[in-house]
Amino acid sequence: MISACSGNTVRMRVALFVTCLADTLFPQAGRACVRLLERLGHQVEFPLGQTCCGQMHVNTGYQRLALPLIRRYAETFAGYDAIVVPSGSCTGSVRHQHAMVARRFGDETLAARAEEVAARTYELSEFLTDVLAVEDVGAYYPHRVTYHPTCHSLRMLRVGDRPLRLLRNVGGLELVELPDAAACCGFGGTFAIKNADVSTAMLADKMRNVLATGAEACVASDSSCLMHIGGGLSRLNAGTTTVHLAEILASTRENG
Amino acid sequence: MSTFLGMPELPVAPRGVGHLRGAEPFPAAARSALADSQLRRNLAKATTTIRAKRARVVGELPDWEELREAGRAIKAHTMASLDGYLEQLEGEFTARGGTVHWAGDAVEANQIVTDLVRAAGASEVVKVKSIVTDEIGLNDALAGAGISAVETDLAELIVQLGKDRPSHFLVPAIHRNRAEIREIFLREMRDVDPSLTDEPRALAEAARLHLRRKFLSAEVGISGANFAVAETGTLCVVESEGNGRMCLTLPRTLITVMGIEKVVPSWSDLGVFLQLLPRSSTGERMNPYTSMWSGVTPGDGPQQVHLVLLDNGRTAALADEVGRPALHCIRCSACLNVCPVYERVGGHAYGSVYPGPIGAVLSPLLTGVEDNASLPFASSLCGACYDACPVKIDIPSILVHLRARHVEEAARASRVPDAEAITMAAAAWTMSDPRRFAAAQRGGRIGRLFGRKGKIRRLPPPLSGWSRARDVPVPPARTFRQWWQREHRSPP
Repeated sequence: MISACSGNTVRMRVALFVTCLADTLFPQAGRACVRLLERLGHQVEFPLGQTCCGQMHVNTGYQRLALPLIRRYAETFAGYDAIVVPSGSCTGSVRHQHAMVARRFGDETLAARAEEVAARTYELSEFLTDVLAVEDVGAYYPHRVTYHPTCHSLRMLRVGDRPLRLLRNVGGLELVELPDAAACCGFGGTFAIKNADVSTAMLADKMRNVLATGAEACVASDSSCLMHIGGGLSRLNAGTTTVHLAEILASTRENG
Repeated sequence: MSTFLGMPELPVAPRGVGHLRGAEPFPAAARSALADSQLRRNLAKATTTIRAKRARVVGELPDWEELREAGRAIKAHTMASLDGYLEQLEGEFTARGGTVHWAGDAVEANQIVTDLVRAAGASEVVKVKSIVTDEIGLNDALAGAGISAVETDLAELIVQLGKDRPSHFLVPAIHRNRAEIREIFLREMRDVDPSLTDEPRALAEAARLHLRRKFLSAEVGISGANFAVAETGTLCVVESEGNGRMCLTLPRTLITVMGIEKVVPSWSDLGVFLQLLPRSSTGERMNPYTSMWSGVTPGDGPQQVHLVLLDNGRTAALADEVGRPALHCIRCSACLNVCPVYERVGGHAYGSVYPGPIGAVLSPLLTGVEDNASLPFASSLCGACYDACPVKIDIPSILVHLRARHVEEAARASRVPDAEAITMAAAAWTMSDPRRFAAAQRGGRIGRLFGRKGKIRRLPPPLSGWSRARDVPVPPARTFRQWWQREHRSPP
């Protein structure tokens, strides 16, 4: 938490960590973050040295290979007051895995630096509600949507109802409750490939619940889970799409 | 570097005995379970019901989080001084007329129990529901010595008569429906009424009559233990049917097999777990039948009381700093009931007597990771298990740790890296430099050629597992990085 920032009296150096997945496949989520934060009066920087948080390597068992990625993250974002991430999962990795992996290989210096940068790393809804202290971002999105709280947002970061508070303030938005919302969609990184059958069975129930809401789109704050749910819905031609929280919050009457 | 690397190898649970290793890797076993619609329905119904019950009774306690923390702290403290508490338990149990035996592994434990039953001159024993005796394959060992072991827990009896395997800690026959149970009883119970219906009441009564005769004739009872109190040498079994109490009180000889991690220092510690366990397992405020005994009471109950303290890989688990808390487990099954993977595949897919999230960490810790290498990957790391655990075992972190142990041990065992290791190394090499990453992104846009209407429907192996059921968006014309550089004219 940065004390004097809520009144915008002190200018923060805000960096966007867009995540490797959004950078490559879902750039609209990253562009939405920039548009949203600029609209709220913050200049956003995109340090070009950034790549990936290394979560895939850590969660697949390749912790040593994640070390250079962890080092890169700590170095790239060292000078910023706040690092905003449009992903609960990648934020969770930065916060709960980076220092752990560094320590596992005896690099205390890196562990300390990783902890320091992690303390200034925020998932988007955390940054908006905790750091900027805004819940009404002035968005307008005239659609019926349902919110899927991604596992790592919910149980690793404990974002609670922050995304819902932001969504409830969006003009024109009809928010429908998702049945069994807290259940995992079955993505789980390489789990979706190593255990494709179980992953698909979990996805089937998530899609059934999403479709039961009659929503036009399922919203979440992780491109990875959205790629999973959206990939299933697309295969079925279900007519319901997925949208990142940032895209909804960035939309206005003028600029849908 | 963690201490487990480079330490002398501690003995793990031996192969060829007991039930800690499955016949096939988890993904293959899961595939057949997923196709069983009856199993899916039973599991979904049972886990949903127990989840709701648990949530209700946990929610009514204002100090639930403090209780969980107390449970965690007691277990962590006990594990740190386990040798001392076990010796205290042995001293107190012996002082009260009991006999303590130390078993390094399943083979030793089975031999000790077999010898004790033979010494008692019995050819049939009655058993209290016990997971640890299933872990070591005690019934098979006894059968090999001509001794028949009768399971007396209703669900365990169903499993035993059906020549089946348990699939849940608490409800071992969760995968069976009542029609199947009726068939099993009619086929396997010699003394059953042939007009037996599949009414739960009728089934329970049939089991009751069958078991009553066994209780009254048994010379030896065999149990596990939920807890052992070191300060008074007291053993404790919690159960719901009262059948356990019959086994614990009627036979002249009582043999208890207990994993060394079950000891707690004092009665006040036990009080914490007797609050945590029923709420987490059955969703009850208090456990129905809680039996405790300290050695022998002359003229009352069993007059020969034995305790077999079992290691079977537990010391090896204890030596793993990150994995150690898996030994805190009190077998409540809350993690099974909340696990989205368990809910869909059931217990058999895990191949071990310890299924679900806790089994996915405990089994590889006991057998060595390479003997259960697919289990740490049998999780989406959603974290529901950690939230539900009454002793706050951080199962996701242990899963991640065991994945690393597997990758590192497999790499040491083979000079040639496998396809996954090569892919991961290439990805890390690419990602560790933004220029290389940007180049790879540009290369990835070749995917645009294969997509139709914005989606890709088929990916090459190993990604084909994904595309069997899920589309992938075609890579956008411009990555975020490219958009940013164009917008902000920053140098590449």
